[in-house]
Amino acid sequence: MIRATELKKHFRVHKRPPGFASAMKSLFRRTYETVKAVDGVSFTIERGERVGFLGPNGAGKTTTLKVLSGLLHPTSGSVEVEGHTPFKRETKLLEAITLVMGQKSQLIWDLPPAETYAMNRAVFDVPKPQFDATLKELTELLDLGPLLDKPTRQLSLGERMKCELAAALLHQPTTLFLDEPTIGLDVAMQVAIRDFVRSYNQRHEATVLLTSHYMDDVVALCPRIIVIDQGVLIHDGDLRALIKTMDPDKRVSFTLTTQVADEDIVKLGTLVAREGQRISIKVAEAEIPAVVGHLLGTLRAADLAIEDPPLEDVLRVMFGKHKAQPA
Amino acid sequence: MSATRTLRALPTLLRVGVAETVAYRAEFLVWILTTTLPLVMLGLWTSVAQDGEFKGYSSAAFVAYYLANLIVRNLTGSWVAWQISEEIRLGAMSMRLLRPLHPYVAFAASHLAAVPFRSVVVLPVAVVLLVSSGASALTTEPLQLALIVPSLVLAWIITFNVMFMIGSLGFYVTKTMALLNLYFGLFSLLSGYLLPIPLLPVQIRWFAEWMPFRYMLSAPIELMTVKLDAAAAAWILVAQSGWAIATLVLALVVWNRGVKRFEAVGG
Repeated sequence: MIRATELKKHFRVHKRPPGFASAMKSLFRRTYETVKAVDGVSFTIERGERVGFLGPNGAGKTTTLKVLSGLLHPTSGSVEVEGHTPFKRETKLLEAITLVMGQKSQLIWDLPPAETYAMNRAVFDVPKPQFDATLKELTELLDLGPLLDKPTRQLSLGERMKCELAAALLHQPTTLFLDEPTIGLDVAMQVAIRDFVRSYNQRHEATVLLTSHYMDDVVALCPRIIVIDQGVLIHDGDLRALIKTMDPDKRVSFTLTTQVADEDIVKLGTLVAREGQRISIKVAEAEIPAVVGHLLGTLRAADLAIEDPPLEDVLRVMFGKHKAQPA
Repeated sequence: MSATRTLRALPTLLRVGVAETVAYRAEFLVWILTTTLPLVMLGLWTSVAQDGEFKGYSSAAFVAYYLANLIVRNLTGSWVAWQISEEIRLGAMSMRLLRPLHPYVAFAASHLAAVPFRSVVVLPVAVVLLVSSGASALTTEPLQLALIVPSLVLAWIITFNVMFMIGSLGFYVTKTMALLNLYFGLFSLLSGYLLPIPLLPVQIRWFAEWMPFRYMLSAPIELMTVKLDAAAAAWILVAQSGWAIATLVLALVVWNRGVKRFEAVGG
């Protein structure tokens, strides 16, 4: 279980305008400002939950993950992960958690991933049979076979990310902090990583807290989302409920088989996009049966799909509203 | 992490450390060869002593001193301050802190793994030392001979601790290169790296006696090259042990306080 109560993390940052004069001035007198990266965030995540942690750049997501994994000491408030205070970095806690950062590597750069795995086995004191079985399983699931003996520096970004995930999971942690685990990966690799994380969560009843700029990751993996902006929590709850609250209308996409003018389309709903004969409109939920009936019957539309609005759009509206509110 | 668990992990850590050390063979060899300042000083002082002893040091004594100096420096040198400082500055320390192994142990293991490879270069030098300066310039006292290896081990520990402490100051000042330069200046003068401590002016010599630097380099050289009475030889080991404990405590205090300030930048 993860619990954060009134968590705050503030940084004192040296501020200096550009230019030679200010550089000289800063030699003698420095100006500091306090950056409130996380400012009073509270939430509880139960064991086995998969939670998406969202927010714009600089919202405080990564800082929160670093506090939860014990890398940073909180300025105030309390944090508990699997019954431990993270910043004490007790062995039991470090054995129970893992932090995957898409832009930081734990693999030893000049050696093949197999060497990092061997070192992690020793450091985490994983019994050899368990290590062999886990590595075999991870190798099959992530298709690591050809990569294990290649120096890390010679791996592609996607290959390295897969090896990174394996390194992070060899000790079978029960709490996974995943910070942009699919950054820079192609679509196929993103899907593979998502499938893997879901299956790991189900097999090990592991808690997953995920940040990602790819909303597809979040939609595919996380029934619950926590949203923060400017260090403050602005939403915690069911993903679909959030979408329904922020934008209750559905997106109806279809392909026209005959020529239909835009004026006739907008009578059915708000036009969102049109690319040739492929059209997407925004329709109130109550009007869906009538609109779909008209599209399929009268207009003979094909490939019809009804979807929730994209999470990106919902979040854009949400962050816009939050910024508009006085602090 | 318990001591038994650390001991269980040690063989793997050493093996991985060796693999890292030899990953860039040419660079490693060149890097070892850069520790050649004692050879430069050797050339200088032997020419000074060419026409007779200089303050009690014959030409052969200088040869023995500086070759012993080279051996000790190669076996006990530490670069952990650079590693820690860079990992803090670039945020790579984060990944190290997520492992249930104190970074002191992890860094120490990777340093120890390099020692055998440094010996490959040092051992031929030791042979040259014996042949060129002859046994007369080296100690034959059984007690001193017995104390050389423990003294080298303690010199390694003190040096590692001091460098670990300087690296940990990176939590406070982010870049420690200036501190390292300051340290290296003091070390060069007060450890006997540039010239034997007895050749220093009396006030500086007195200062050197009370600083840890002598015990990081000069102490094992003295055991190898200077005839000491039993009490003086034993005192060297006692003082080294004291400095090893004191610097360990200091290094861990600086680390433990500093790590609370870690900002885990990047990522």
